[in-house]
Amino acid sequence: MTAHPTGVNDVSYLEYKGKHKGLMSWIFSTDHKRIGVLYLISMLTFFAVGVTFGFLMRLELIAPGPTIMDPQTYNSIFTLHGVIMIFLFIIPGLPAVFGNFFLPIMIGAKDVSFPRLNLLSWWLFLIGGLLAIVSVFLPGGPADTGWTFYIPYSVRSGTNVMPALMAAFILGFSSILTGLNFVTTVHRLRTKGMGWFKLPLFIWSLYSTAWIQVLATPIIGITLLLVVFERWMGFGIFDPALGGDPVLYQHLFWIYSHPAVYIMILPAMGVISEIIPVFARRTIFGYKFIAFSSVAIALLGSLVWAHHMFTVGMSGTAMFIFSLLTFIVAIPSAIKVFNWVATLYKGSIYTDPPMLYALAFIFLFSIGGFTGLMQGALSVNLHIHDTSFIVAHFHYVMFGGTGFGIFAAMHYWWPKMFGRKYKMRPAKVAFWLLFVGFNVLYFPMFVMGWLGMPRRYYDYLPEYTPYHRLSTIGSWILITGLIIMFYNLYSALRKGEKTTEENIWGGETLEWRAKTPPPLENFEDLPEVSEAPYEYKENDLVNEKELEEVH
Amino acid sequence: MSTAEHAAGHHVHRDDEGARLGMWLFLFTELLLFGGMFIIYSVYRYVHQAEFHLAAKELNTLFGTFNTIILLTSSLTMALSIAAIQKDKKALSVFMQLITILFAAFFMVNKYFEWSAKIHHGIYPGSDELLMKSNGEILFFGLYYIMTGLHGLHVIIGVAVIAYMTVGTVKGKINSGSFVRLEAAGLYWHLVDIIWIFLFPLFYLIT
Repeated sequence: MTAHPTGVNDVSYLEYKGKHKGLMSWIFSTDHKRIGVLYLISMLTFFAVGVTFGFLMRLELIAPGPTIMDPQTYNSIFTLHGVIMIFLFIIPGLPAVFGNFFLPIMIGAKDVSFPRLNLLSWWLFLIGGLLAIVSVFLPGGPADTGWTFYIPYSVRSGTNVMPALMAAFILGFSSILTGLNFVTTVHRLRTKGMGWFKLPLFIWSLYSTAWIQVLATPIIGITLLLVVFERWMGFGIFDPALGGDPVLYQHLFWIYSHPAVYIMILPAMGVISEIIPVFARRTIFGYKFIAFSSVAIALLGSLVWAHHMFTVGMSGTAMFIFSLLTFIVAIPSAIKVFNWVATLYKGSIYTDPPMLYALAFIFLFSIGGFTGLMQGALSVNLHIHDTSFIVAHFHYVMFGGTGFGIFAAMHYWWPKMFGRKYKMRPAKVAFWLLFVGFNVLYFPMFVMGWLGMPRRYYDYLPEYTPYHRLSTIGSWILITGLIIMFYNLYSALRKGEKTTEENIWGGETLEWRAKTPPPLENFEDLPEVSEAPYEYKENDLVNEKELEEVH
Repeated sequence: MSTAEHAAGHHVHRDDEGARLGMWLFLFTELLLFGGMFIIYSVYRYVHQAEFHLAAKELNTLFGTFNTIILLTSSLTMALSIAAIQKDKKALSVFMQLITILFAAFFMVNKYFEWSAKIHHGIYPGSDELLMKSNGEILFFGLYYIMTGLHGLHVIIGVAVIAYMTVGTVKGKINSGSFVRLEAAGLYWHLVDIIWIFLFPLFYLIT
């Protein structure tokens, strides 16, 4: 079996002819790169649906009172927007798409440890996603509980909560299998010389993420399953009418769902740690600090869940401890930001599109992070709990952070993945529209939230109108940016300039040593690694003068 | 997917150590899945001590003990089947796997009678009989059905997995040179056993 037929590595993974043909050669492929592309297509499809729902919500809120939909539809739409964006876009966005595609390449492996399990996770992802979409059209109407499925309403609601719960359960399974695969792959398949401290930082963040996926997801799995049972047969486990405790549900929900936000943000931080040194042409500052801060975030992030529930009536001691831990978990995130900025210092900064997105990430994530700390303070939390301040914070971290991280990754790795270059100018125009639109859309939410605008409300008092109107206008700018960005990337695939250049941006990690696009087994011969990543000692793209300046 | 596709050029990579690591990670997730329910059990037991005490008396300790013995013995036969294949005793290994499956079937039959008796007495989730009882008792029986039910589901999955391994052993795919899949099935079976070891005292013994 070791001697494979000739030709496996002569063509790229896109042209490779396996056992199946056409569509089958994709949906039954166990090649991690093809699975990554499958995830990319499905994730972007779901993202388009989620964006549409978000757009409609904003349009409804352009003026007080009914505008384009009734309140029940609005409730369903914000639920679906949340479920789709969280479970189908942000969680799988980086690990399942770019992790799948690049994790094996960046550690110098031919594939992940369990390729067939990998394909199974994509199938589960697809089934879960379709179930969520189907629930919209079943009689009873789409779920209207919010993505948190809080008890007791999730038991009482007459809408299709069951399919939505099952969808989240199945997606959790898919996420666990991906995590399990990545942990094993990083442990077992690193190439010769690739010690733990020679791993690219994206791999460190994926590794930490994978552990959270493995350890936290089962809790949400069983919790959602219990709600299913509760609706189905009335076990009473969470139903207060039968002695159950809804607050216990909230605890179990957040024991997963808080670490889950680190599943969302950590890989994005990894992407930024890859992009910054490449476009500043400098060794990353504080490699070990960034690596260990990923692990620290994974550990500490598991201990802060109750800060989502400061108003449920916990003991003072519990509130104090959870507030303190929340402040502590900000430290490793701050360490990363400081190190990125220190890397930029005296670097030769190239503002290509990936770098623009990376810089925007730092800016937006810092705003999101600081407002997060404000909410971690007990007294402030009581004031802004369940207001649109929370919505703004969440979108600054998740969209401004992870979303922009995903866009950065797309612009960084797109030519490598498909062997086609996108146009720079539209990419930059799209970036600025996204950046401006994003801030116009979400910043007013901070202000109106602070002034008392509750989240998830269909209607509002007239004094909030200017903020809502501004925010809706922002959504139009943002969507224009999204359309230009995706059209630009899409047209690159159709008619973009072909490239076989291996090292497109001047990166030092292993994916830039593989052919463009990579062949089936990634490398002709597995590469050996002798120095840490981001060294820039013998990089042609860094000239002597810059090196002198740096050192 | 199939071996044919691998033959068509996909690299076949064997890494028993990695397979074991993956299996252990999977077992962690299973433990955490049940862990969530054990937390719920502890919280409600703490809140409703007297009612849990009362409700637990309804369970038949004899059934529980019998099932514990069956399951522990089946773990032994599972371990023996792995030891046998390591020593290249194929027939013995197949025999031990079949005994394990038989024990698992006994366990499920027992469970069936136990549950039927309860349901016959009108104690099942949502029944009028149960709803007349106190909140603590409703919770106890709710947890009883969910936890033993989910454990039962794991027993059934375990049977399917072991049966698949038995076929593999008969066909010679699992042999003294390559038995990591049987080992993984064994690990899974021991997990099913361990979870029962915790369920047994929590529901049947502490009354």
